[in-house]
Amino acid sequence: MFRPDVDSLVASIRDGARLAVPKTEAGVSMAATRSLIGRGAKDLHLVCVPTSGLQADLLIGAGCVGVIECAGVTMDEYGAAPAFVRAVSKGSIGLVDSTCPALYAGLQAAEKGLPFMPLRGLIGSDIVGRRDDMPVIDNPFAADDPIIAVKAIQPDVALFHAPLADREGNVWIGRQRMLMTMAHAARQTLVTVEDIHDRNLLDDERYGPATIPSLYISAITLAAKGAWPLGLPGRYGEDGGHLAEYCRRAATPEGFAEYLRRNLAIEPTAAE
Amino acid sequence: MDFSHEEHLIAILASLLKGVGHVAVGVASPIPGSASLLARALSEGSMRVSILGSRADQAWSDTGVEMFDCAAQGRIDAFFFGGGQIDGQANINLVGVGDYPHQRVRWAGSFGSAYLYFLVPRIILFRPEHTRRVMVPKVDFISAPGTSAPNVHRPGGPTALVTDLCLFSFDAGRRRFRLESIHPGHSVEEVRDNTGFDFDVAEPVTETPAPTPDALEAIRGPVAQSIAHTYPLFANRVFGIGEEVAP
Repeated sequence: MFRPDVDSLVASIRDGARLAVPKTEAGVSMAATRSLIGRGAKDLHLVCVPTSGLQADLLIGAGCVGVIECAGVTMDEYGAAPAFVRAVSKGSIGLVDSTCPALYAGLQAAEKGLPFMPLRGLIGSDIVGRRDDMPVIDNPFAADDPIIAVKAIQPDVALFHAPLADREGNVWIGRQRMLMTMAHAARQTLVTVEDIHDRNLLDDERYGPATIPSLYISAITLAAKGAWPLGLPGRYGEDGGHLAEYCRRAATPEGFAEYLRRNLAIEPTAAE
Repeated sequence: MDFSHEEHLIAILASLLKGVGHVAVGVASPIPGSASLLARALSEGSMRVSILGSRADQAWSDTGVEMFDCAAQGRIDAFFFGGGQIDGQANINLVGVGDYPHQRVRWAGSFGSAYLYFLVPRIILFRPEHTRRVMVPKVDFISAPGTSAPNVHRPGGPTALVTDLCLFSFDAGRRRFRLESIHPGHSVEEVRDNTGFDFDVAEPVTETPAPTPDALEAIRGPVAQSIAHTYPLFANRVFGIGEEVAP
């Protein structure tokens, strides 16, 4: 359950894995992301729940991503995600454009052991027009009521950063409940945490409802400030200066490589 | 009373929220967020505002699926969307320009638009840039369609489009925009010259009203302070509050 460091945690993520990661403000394990890049991970199928930013952009720019399935990739107030945008126009990554509730619905189907989840909206959009895993079906309980079927999304691995775990391997996630859904849906769940508590989180009524039971957790490791330069809700804010600097540097492939050298001490090989 | 262009847009969007019980605001939306906070301030507290990414202003105990469930149940009355491209049938494109998937211009993605555009009764389109590259005859990618066949469950959809130049309403039955008012200093001809689709024109077209002194006071006071929590760069640039972060 407990790994000695982040590198040994991400060793469980094989190249080519379908890897689910949460949106920027929900607890992104940037520590594990740097480790994946350092290892030279390849051909990941990144499932963003439901969007991503710096995490996806770094992984794409460093050549770790084969396919990205997401509802949006953005650096928010700092601008567009530069490596993502370059990779799309070059055609160097596969794209599965989605919409936020469809990604949640696919994970919810998987956590219930269902083949699909019906979902309103979407009919007539190019999101469903451009993929074959979101057919329009008939509502069996009404006449002439077309509805979308979203295929279950079962990630190989869910990876995120959380404020707390306990010695039993239970993980407290606060109000970021999509992390619970991700853990339920994925075959393996890997978590970096700020702290490890001695007391069992599930024994405490204040923590229990927002705690992922260890049943769903594959491995945990400590990583203080593990979301940096992103923020962790209730713990620390994002490092705006760093994010602005990233956007400035990563505007060119050379600048992106320079960012990896300076910040990750990585000499990019397969990078863009 | 002098006011900035952003302050005017905030006031215009707020005026479109009259009578709304619950407005939700998505990501990358500082002006719609400010407008919602202004509408709440002017409603004397009867309006609920949920700003995605805000700690203080949100209705949910979950930061993910709950907003979408809420919308599907009819618990959200108004929402805002932009569009890298918007066409005359109110189809919106948040994905990119050129042949999908390897487009020469790529934007962030569709976010929740393909869903919320169907389900929230009052969708307000807000796109400051009013040019022919944005207001196109036909979008290159339909993130969300403006209208649907009669058998598709669709309690919601676009009702208005606000740009730097003007305010349009949208008629889903006719599948057309109608020019309702022009912001001060602009003209119908200028709107036509910069719009790549045909639209109806209200008779008469009025001038978009300036913000009231009450609105400006609220914008510069509580609205600016609140929006700064979620959009510090915007609040610093427009209202001069908070610490500057190097761009």
